[in-house]
Amino acid sequence: MASFKKTNARPSRFTTAGMQLGSVAACVLLWHFASTLRIDLGVITFSNVPTPQAVISAIWQLLQSNALLPHLGSSLARVFSGYLMAAVAGVTLGLLIGRSRKAENWLMPPLELLRPIPAVAWIPLAILMFPSSEASMIFITFTGALFPILLNTIHGVEAVDPRLIASSRSLGASPRAILREVVLPGALPSIFTGLSIGMGTSWFCLVTAEMISGQWGIGYYTWSSYVIQNYADIVVGMLLIGLLGMGSSWLIKRIGDWLTPWYRLQGKS
Amino acid sequence: MMTIFEKQSSSYENQLTETDGKKPAVALGEINAQQLSIRLGTGASEFEAVQAVDFNIQPGEFVCLLGPSGCGKSTLLGALAGHIIPASGVLEVDGQAITGPSPERGMVFQHHTLFPWLNIVDNVAFGLKMRGVNKAERHAQALEMLQQVGLHDVATRWPSQLSGGMQQRVEIARVLINKPRLLLMDEPFGALDAQTRLKMQQLLLDIWSRIRTTLVFVTHDIDEALFLADRILVMSPRPGRFIKNLPVNFARPRTTGLVTTPEFMQLKRHCLDLLNHEEGRQLPRLSPLGLPPETRIAV
Ligand SMILES: Nc1ncnc2c1ncn2[C@@H]1O[C@H](COP(=O)(O)OP(=O)(O)O)[C@@H](O)[C@H]1O
Ligand SMILES: [Mg+2]
Repeated sequence: MASFKKTNARPSRFTTAGMQLGSVAACVLLWHFASTLRIDLGVITFSNVPTPQAVISAIWQLLQSNALLPHLGSSLARVFSGYLMAAVAGVTLGLLIGRSRKAENWLMPPLELLRPIPAVAWIPLAILMFPSSEASMIFITFTGALFPILLNTIHGVEAVDPRLIASSRSLGASPRAILREVVLPGALPSIFTGLSIGMGTSWFCLVTAEMISGQWGIGYYTWSSYVIQNYADIVVGMLLIGLLGMGSSWLIKRIGDWLTPWYRLQGKS
Repeated sequence: MMTIFEKQSSSYENQLTETDGKKPAVALGEINAQQLSIRLGTGASEFEAVQAVDFNIQPGEFVCLLGPSGCGKSTLLGALAGHIIPASGVLEVDGQAITGPSPERGMVFQHHTLFPWLNIVDNVAFGLKMRGVNKAERHAQALEMLQQVGLHDVATRWPSQLSGGMQQRVEIARVLINKPRLLLMDEPFGALDAQTRLKMQQLLLDIWSRIRTTLVFVTHDIDEALFLADRILVMSPRPGRFIKNLPVNFARPRTTGLVTTPEFMQLKRHCLDLLNHEEGRQLPRLSPLGLPPETRIAV
């Protein structure tokens, strides 16, 4: 029903972009007034929140300090290596668990137990388990991305139409061929949903992971700005993480759309 | 009642025998079932969906299973496909027991099962891919097969872009490319509108006259069964049994004009009586003494 409403009153591309920009501009404007007027509502107060202008000048400073590239580079390397491992592990385990009752019984209980544990709680153990702090940080971004990928893969595999599997068996497909030719492509749209969400949660865990970093990383930059009470820089860090997370999720989604061209046709509409 | 059709029977058999000295052109695809029972469900809810049926279907024969919804037609077809393992009895194709699904026994369902992620030609070529045929060769064969069902011009489309009738034609092509001994069809035109359904029935007869396989076709539509089949096996509701083995000896090729002939009407009347009679009858399945003897008609 909701999608019907959406398509029914679909505005032109130009107005869509205008509305989206306008909504961001409105948020910035609100922030501007709240912070410059130091609005204090009791439960929430903006008296210590840095103004947009302060944040912009902090961005300018960061750009000129040539610390930005090493920060970005370290963070990207950590997020992507953790994410990549989570993608491989999540999709493999998800296919296994989705297809085999035995694997489900063996693997799901410990995974369900680990799933609600937040990234912060992993820090001490990660430090103890991995001799290098780089490995512990990668591990924490890995835990962030793993579960969305795993659960969406399982969901996708279990949702594959059993009639398609029956048909493929009648057409001569072996169990391996069924997995490769039917289950995997059938679950692919759902796998990409998981990969896209996992990309976001991987960035989500970055600040936590880089709490143990010595020097570089956007998360570290954000965290250390807080420690030294450099409030404008905190917001810069937050914006950078938001932007990078959004951008890489979008990238994954586009790759997914490109690999599942049939899906858009039969899907939403 | 049957005399009218016995006359035509001989002419049809002549047609078959003329092509090849003694036997029909197709030698493979004989189905043999003896005391075949199929149970469905598990534990306390387990029940006999098909009960001790005997039947034999000759190679190249077109047989319709006709019966009301829920009488076990799909179950029986599922056993022929190898998706359901019978509880007891014999079920053989060319003397070989059925142990699982095989490309030799192609199945077409009411709603298509084309892979949404493959375009039409790749869907049709799927069976060849499973046999390790290289891409160029399997595309060539798939296009040839699409030509047979009159759809060579949609080769690069996605299944969701085709109409229901086209999807079923692709489904038939995808099964026939494996040169199956049996073509099993479970109400394949049941979801189509009346007009398309008629066209599809004629197309199917046309294809079957060119690519001869044993064809077992499930339907609850009397007209459809009479128009298509060499023989109709009429089934009764739970537990599924055959109550009538009805030869349909109208000359082939058949055209839509057939359905308005008096002979057709008469046979239709007969089928209606059979099915109605079954509906009004007290279901015997709860009797601990077994079935009343008159329902056990050997076929
Ligand atoms: N997997 C199943 N488990 C339990 N009962 C089933 C199952 N499949 C079908 N049935 C029941 O078995 C009977 C025969 O079903 P089916 O062979 O599909 O009938 P038909 O194809 O003639 O309509 C029906 O009463 C149906 O409700
Ligand atoms: Mg059925």
